[in-house]
Amino acid sequence: MRLALDILTIVAVSLGAIFFLAGTVGLLRFPDTLTRLHALTKADNLGLGLVVLGLLPQVSGPLSALALLAVWLLALLSGSTVGQLLAGKAAVPDPDRAPTLTPGAGASHD
Amino acid sequence: MPEFLLGAAAFVLGTVALGLMRLLRGPGHADRMLSAQLLGTGGVGALLLLGVATGVGAIAEVALLLALLAAFASVAFVSGIQRSDGRGPPSATAPAAADSPGEHRRETA
Amino acid sequence: MTNALIVDAALALLVLGLALWVIATRAAYRAVVGFVAYGLLMAIIWVRLAAVDVAMTEAALGTGLTGLLLLGAAARLAPYETAEFDRRPGRGLRVLIGLLCAAVTLGLAAVVLLLPAPAPSLASLVADNLPPTGVGNPVTGVLLAHRAIDTLLESVVLLPALIGVWSVAANPAWGGRPGSLPRPPASSALTLLAQVLPPFGILVGIHLVWNGADDPGGKFQGATVLAAMWILVLIAGLREAPALRERRLRVLLVVGALVFIGIGASGIWLAGAFLAYPEGYAKPLILAIEAVLTLSIAATLGLLLAGPPAGDRPIGTTS
Repeated sequence: MRLALDILTIVAVSLGAIFFLAGTVGLLRFPDTLTRLHALTKADNLGLGLVVLGLLPQVSGPLSALALLAVWLLALLSGSTVGQLLAGKAAVPDPDRAPTLTPGAGASHD
Repeated sequence: MPEFLLGAAAFVLGTVALGLMRLLRGPGHADRMLSAQLLGTGGVGALLLLGVATGVGAIAEVALLLALLAAFASVAFVSGIQRSDGRGPPSATAPAAADSPGEHRRETA
Repeated sequence: MTNALIVDAALALLVLGLALWVIATRAAYRAVVGFVAYGLLMAIIWVRLAAVDVAMTEAALGTGLTGLLLLGAAARLAPYETAEFDRRPGRGLRVLIGLLCAAVTLGLAAVVLLLPAPAPSLASLVADNLPPTGVGNPVTGVLLAHRAIDTLLESVVLLPALIGVWSVAANPAWGGRPGSLPRPPASSALTLLAQVLPPFGILVGIHLVWNGADDPGGKFQGATVLAAMWILVLIAGLREAPALRERRLRVLLVVGALVFIGIGASGIWLAGAFLAYPEGYAKPLILAIEAVLTLSIAATLGLLLAGPPAGDRPIGTTS
């Protein structure tokens, strides 16, 4: 039993680590913000989820297990919200790329 | 088992640290934020692994705190993106957003 | 063991590199995002150094609140940023700044390197004197019993900081609602998050304060979480920030320090010294102080983030 649980831990944590790697590679290699967001959510949801799943057999009591699950749920919740918000305005350009002062509200101050 | 978990923690942390390259490169605000968010999630994962490996329960609470506050920070940053470039959002929501800080206009008055 | 050393060295190099980048990068927003990532790494480093209390503070303050505070500053400065780039200080001034910074770095390095071989430590003294306080977490014991005066000043100093923020308001806006928070257009995802996250967060915040007596945690970390949840609700637009002239709000801001000072002053008669606790009552008094201070600190931190008053006009509407 113990051995089976340990194997589950090793498999799930390894898979989770691979998803983190995949998410990072995606973040670095994908061409635009939306696709990078897609890569990030894989690390967020699956990477952390699998790590949590793998750790569940190793913790001492149900309360610690609950805390682990809570961490994952929080990450899911924030990840999906941020994804929604970011996707809405993915293409905000970096000000340094067009370093001109726009006639904004406070610009007349200078 | 602890050695394996520690190794996994180091691997995850190293991986997401590589993701910081995106923080350096950008090009957009959103891309930089994604990199910070990945670091946050990876850091939470690494801390959970570290906590179980070392048997220090409080480390899981640091992870919980980090997950909670990372959610908050991400939302605050996404909300702040449109203001921080000083030119407002590209969409029709411009009036409300340009109005909300309120302070620049008052300073010029 | 060597593996752990490699990981720690890599972490140290990474955080140093990130710190350099944050200083060197020119756009404020980038630096703020970098600084938040830096805070995350610092939290992990504090865990590696077995300072879980510090790690919690760093996770709470360094990532969430400081990020938002700096983001507000960056947004305020954004219109002047480009002009500032064209007005770089002269070479002489830059060299001078570099030299002074290098001197500070070298001084700090010298202090650390010249420490006597067993570093001076009060840890055993704290451990010996912890039982009378009744708390189990040595950090809380030091903060609220042995060095209570530091904690008192630390919680009072937040108020001048808040007054400093308020004082940059325009005259007509004085006493009105704070107006520095970002207000994104309403979105169902943000509304959902602001409805679901705060119950979690309030629970975690109370847990941290309650746990702080015996395990890592404490009022500052708990208050930070509470403040963050409040700010999240404000950003999502589910509630308006309160007008700063409200008396209940002002009472909430000062009640923590007042209770602390009151209990401390009663210690003069009951226990023979300012901020001393009567024997046997140390733990309940410490818990009472922590509870009230948490509320005050949470309100103060939240209002610090919400920024100076911007008039009574509800935010987000055009007049």
